[in-house]
Amino acid sequence: MALLDKMEAQLRPVETPMVPYPAKYITQASGEKLVVHQVDRDAVPRLLEAVQPLTTVQKDFYDVVAARVVSELVGWLRYRVKDEYCLVGTVNGEIVGLVNGRMLTDKVGMSYHTLAIKQGLRLGAQLFAAKMEYHMDFLKQDEVWVVAESPNGFKRWMIEYELEPRFEQWHELGGVPTYVLTRKLWEKHKEAKCGGRRPVPEDLLNVAKQMILPSTYGQIPGYKRGE
Amino acid sequence: MREVGIVGVGHPRFGKYEGSLMSMLCEAAVEALDDAGIKTGEGHGVDQVLVSTMGGSQVNRQTGVASALVDTLNLRPAMAETVENGPASGASAVKLGYMAIASGMCDVVLVVGGERMRVLSGWEATDFVATMSHPEAEYAYGLTLPSFAGMFTRLIMEKYGVTERDLAMVSVKNHENAMFNPSAHIQLAPKLEAITEDEDALTINPYVAEPLHVYDVCPVSDGAAAVVLCALDVKERFARKPVKIAGIGQATDTHVVAEREVPTDLFAVRHAAQRAYDMAGLQPQDIDVAELHDAFTILEIVESEEVGFFPRGEGHLAVRRGETQIGGRIPINTSGGLKAKGHPLGATGVSQIIELVKQLRGEADGRQVKDAKAGLAVNFGGFGNNVVATILTREEE
Repeated sequence: MALLDKMEAQLRPVETPMVPYPAKYITQASGEKLVVHQVDRDAVPRLLEAVQPLTTVQKDFYDVVAARVVSELVGWLRYRVKDEYCLVGTVNGEIVGLVNGRMLTDKVGMSYHTLAIKQGLRLGAQLFAAKMEYHMDFLKQDEVWVVAESPNGFKRWMIEYELEPRFEQWHELGGVPTYVLTRKLWEKHKEAKCGGRRPVPEDLLNVAKQMILPSTYGQIPGYKRGE
Repeated sequence: MREVGIVGVGHPRFGKYEGSLMSMLCEAAVEALDDAGIKTGEGHGVDQVLVSTMGGSQVNRQTGVASALVDTLNLRPAMAETVENGPASGASAVKLGYMAIASGMCDVVLVVGGERMRVLSGWEATDFVATMSHPEAEYAYGLTLPSFAGMFTRLIMEKYGVTERDLAMVSVKNHENAMFNPSAHIQLAPKLEAITEDEDALTINPYVAEPLHVYDVCPVSDGAAAVVLCALDVKERFARKPVKIAGIGQATDTHVVAEREVPTDLFAVRHAAQRAYDMAGLQPQDIDVAELHDAFTILEIVESEEVGFFPRGEGHLAVRRGETQIGGRIPINTSGGLKAKGHPLGATGVSQIIELVKQLRGEADGRQVKDAKAGLAVNFGGFGNNVVATILTREEE
């Protein structure tokens, strides 16, 4: 191995084994199925294509969220973040949103972002619930640290989950006020917030894994991919 | 008294508007003036402009909205007034326009309703709407319109056997109608099973104010709508054949909802509708299409009883039988209603009337009620303490 490669390898974090998130599907009001499945690093380039158009949308703080998601995904792809994961939501195979985060320790989860690309179906709320489910029910952590960049996020997470304010603990996203989902709060809200069924039928999962790029964005009037 | 008709309508899409309240009002007004064939500037012929808005001053920090609109549209020296009557502001403004023409004071009146509510967060909007409740007896205790509606629904359910599924059927019907209305805010057709019985139903359709779910409650919308009224004796001046305003009725009820003798009755709806029927010389069975104020799905059901379409306590049975669908005995909320078209407060009453105009003109496209000759709109203010009913009829050759 070349010297430079050896140096680069030393910069990579030591990964902790993480149990995978089993895919699930949730029937939407339209009757369509939202499939939430975990992706690995190979999916990052495609996800970047889906997210990047939103980095210029100021409304509802999409610019901050999308830009940070891009950074987090690239950091994950290039082995500069430890124990990160990403769950992707698709409807009819099209990417409609994603959530990501990482394990801070084996007991503490660090929630990064919830990005709803398709609006109007409360997909963000369902994806956030899936993320909390991963930390609490599969990674078996005691708590998850959460911040919100938009008032919508504040309403959906801090208020609706009654998250515990713990401002003395600094979240990795810029030291803004930290709120915490404890196991007790999760058990209280899980039934109302976290839907979905498993296993996902094979044909439905295969369609979901196509991860088709959104051709339009409600947040960007007139946008058409490729134009 | 002179007869009055509607010769122009303007209804840009409801939803999220990025510009100012004034530019939103102007877009609707210009569309209505164009429809009527009226040019702004010298010789425009508009005698009076009425603007209905509930939150222009409180939410958008603009007063004297009608005066500003007249100048912006170059309709000087038309008379101008802003009308505020809660969520019934729109139909109130049309009523005042009617009176101005019927009295002989005016020949032509432009009525524009508008609300720019999405500058508020959801809970700020809920608080703003709650300011119409009684300040000491209701608002001070944190009562909101969804909470009123939730309690009202619970009583109706216990008394008449209405179910959550019945309410969802109203929602699904109105959303399906809205898919044919390009002016509607929400263009999504929910499936009944998905929002009621599916394993995930409570996740995607959670309670807002039990027993009301998300799909039982209207969205917060920006929007404006405009109509041009004229005396029928000057109708030749205009490009469009008028739709006649055949009857208008208005009635009030106690401000404090708890003071009502029968809390499940909507007294003001019943009386406003009866007055409108009397004025028009019509009866409930003469109505071919109706726009009823469904800020909450339960209201469509109860209003359909109060206006005489169905016996008390049987509105939900008519929904089950499909009688309120397009093609049914009395199609209700063909526009999508407040539930799916949206409810920008000051615009709503005007918007309901526009839907009737389109139906009576035969211009309602995929949601057209066959051979509609008479339509009824009910615009509901407060929690039923100020209601305006309007009946329009098609002018026969």
